[in-house]
Amino acid sequence: MTIIPLDRAHTPNGANGSRPVLEARGLTKHFPVHAHRGAGQAVVHAVEDVTLTLPRAGITAIVGESGSGKSTLARLLAQLIKPTAGSVLLDGAATPGRQQYARQVQLVLQDPFSSLNPVHNIRYHLARPLQVHGLASRGTLDAQIAELLERVALTPADQFAAKYPHELSGGQRQRVAIARALATRPRVLLADEPVSMLDVSIRLGVLNLLADLREREGLAILYVTHDIASARYLADVIAVMYAGQIIESGPAAQVTDAPAHPYTQLLLSAAPDPDRAQPPSLRGRGAPPNLIRPPSGCRFHPRCPFAMAVCAEERPTATAVALGHASACWLHATGLTTAQSRPLRKPPQEIHGPQGPGEEKQ
Amino acid sequence: MSGATSSAPSSVVGGVVNADPDVLIEVRGLCVDYGLGDDAVHAVVEADLELRRGEVLGLAGESGSGKSTLAYAITRLLRSPGVITAGSARFAGSVNLLSAGQRELRGLRWNEIAVVLQSSMNALNPVLSIGTQFSDVLRAHRPGMSRADRQARSAELLEMVGIPADRLSSYPHELSGGMRQRVMIATALALDPSVVIMDEPTTALDVVTQREILEELMALRNRLGFAVLFISHDLSLLAEIADSIAVMYAGRLVERAGASAIFRAPRHPYSLGLLSSFPALHGPRRAMEGIPGSPPDLRNMPSGCPFHPRCGYALDRCRSDPPPLLELDAGARAAACWLQDGRVAVPAELARPAAAPPAAVPPAAVPPAAVPPAAVPPAAAAPEAEPTGGRS
Repeated sequence: MTIIPLDRAHTPNGANGSRPVLEARGLTKHFPVHAHRGAGQAVVHAVEDVTLTLPRAGITAIVGESGSGKSTLARLLAQLIKPTAGSVLLDGAATPGRQQYARQVQLVLQDPFSSLNPVHNIRYHLARPLQVHGLASRGTLDAQIAELLERVALTPADQFAAKYPHELSGGQRQRVAIARALATRPRVLLADEPVSMLDVSIRLGVLNLLADLREREGLAILYVTHDIASARYLADVIAVMYAGQIIESGPAAQVTDAPAHPYTQLLLSAAPDPDRAQPPSLRGRGAPPNLIRPPSGCRFHPRCPFAMAVCAEERPTATAVALGHASACWLHATGLTTAQSRPLRKPPQEIHGPQGPGEEKQ
Repeated sequence: MSGATSSAPSSVVGGVVNADPDVLIEVRGLCVDYGLGDDAVHAVVEADLELRRGEVLGLAGESGSGKSTLAYAITRLLRSPGVITAGSARFAGSVNLLSAGQRELRGLRWNEIAVVLQSSMNALNPVLSIGTQFSDVLRAHRPGMSRADRQARSAELLEMVGIPADRLSSYPHELSGGMRQRVMIATALALDPSVVIMDEPTTALDVVTQREILEELMALRNRLGFAVLFISHDLSLLAEIADSIAVMYAGRLVERAGASAIFRAPRHPYSLGLLSSFPALHGPRRAMEGIPGSPPDLRNMPSGCPFHPRCGYALDRCRSDPPPLLELDAGARAAACWLQDGRVAVPAELARPAAAPPAAVPPAAVPPAAVPPAAVPPAAAAPEAEPTGGRS
């Protein structure tokens, strides 16, 4: 069994296998909090040692529940906050200055109702990045704005440019937010839950727009979401986060069809799925841990139905379970001693399906 | 009342009625406006709905479709400028909830009809402990109860939803979102109501917590036998947990059918579009289109069928005449669409047989892993009787 870093897992699938545009190496973010019952200077371990690559013309999805650190990761990658440790590399080099970086890497936020300024029209929103980055000349500004609106399928462009945010629907607002991000001709788009505030019937339109931008303009896209079904639909690669760490990553269809990590299995067993023949049975209960004092070893072990002695002691490393598919779980490791692999608690009654974790690895 | 479309309201006009004893809430021709006069926005138009004893009825729709307004109207929680302009809502075949006086309502609320709202953070009082909030409910509605009995009942309720009784002394901020939502469900069940109306009860929660709460809710429903009106925008979730589903669009009920019938064989183009807006968790990945355009502005509604500007199947007629809710399959389901009135050929996607599983392959080609053939009824006799699991 070879041990490969999670980032390498992406290469076989990353659209064309080229050099990544954006790369995170060992990114860690701890947020200081006020002393917690005499604990001194406590920190929230929001993101821990995350390594990730975004290839050109590739869509990588980060899937996780609230509090898993997925939005913090997006903000770290946008360099809105400074990492406690680790680094972000653009084209393999340390990142350039703030403005240079922002030109290349743009962030789209979740809520299009608050990310646009209600007192300015759409034209203003799109003109600002062009002016700030010195990309606009007076003569061509209108043409540039029209072109931006056309790229996100808001036509007729001159009508939309004159409107104010309150005159647009949620989906149209989110398209404006995406157009604003595209104004600087970035190569990386970080989309933090871009559709979760939108009505169901228009979500796919925005997702298809992202897929389109990847195709047409070769954007590297990070799609942050809690909805694993939409990640499967849109992304090439899915990375699942739990309690600040990436615990599984691999080709999107493979992660959802043959999940290797018990947490991914839990997530999938809980997702709404009308095709299910039987009522789902949850694989593991409870809630994510307190990240001020995260659990020792594997952060999922207190909830994991398959936890072993070793899980409480040592953090599992990412292990390849298939080509390009890695899971950070001791169940996939070989050569554990009997003491290490002793179950932590009584095995769960076999109420769920026959296939346990790790069966697919052979 | 201006509604001239159906004869149903007349059958329930005078006093105690026909009433199937199984029907707990029967809504007929309900219209709700926001505002008065010409500026009024018609938020719910001519809604007909039946909630049966012990059933889970899913009410699906996007924001602005009127699903919450409908629930607020039948519980009379509608706030100004909301106005009920027409219709009736009978509870258990007798009391008209829409015209009942405050005293009558007070007797029904919580005792018979309880409500769980989406945002538990705002529904619980932040400065009172959970236990106090439970006893307040019991003290108001069960004046005879002793202090010790109230305490015991509070503990019992909390344990019923899977929270240890020692959390009674906790304040809302000390509980996680999932626990607060459980507390809301427990308070709603405090007086053994026969109907619980839930407005997006799990939308703000993570999927795992959502699933846990739904499991508990369904187990409680089986044990206590209350009926649930479950309002959600998530049709894929409703398809899993509800017995039947009503779909709303722009204030109108556009389709009503058994849950699996809607999921497998939608009859209204909007239901079909909504279903194809949820990417699947299995099978090959394929491009999906969702529904073009966006929901209409209620202040500026299109003529005819409100869905026609977004509908790929729209006929000329759809632009001018609003379709009534047409009964299909001998009344087992209904859809408000001109495609279904028998005058035109129905597109194949909107005429799928409801009873057969989606594998519409010839028997020889059935993959070995498929359902045992004995489980598939030969004909489309009982559209809602197929074994779909997840409900009882």
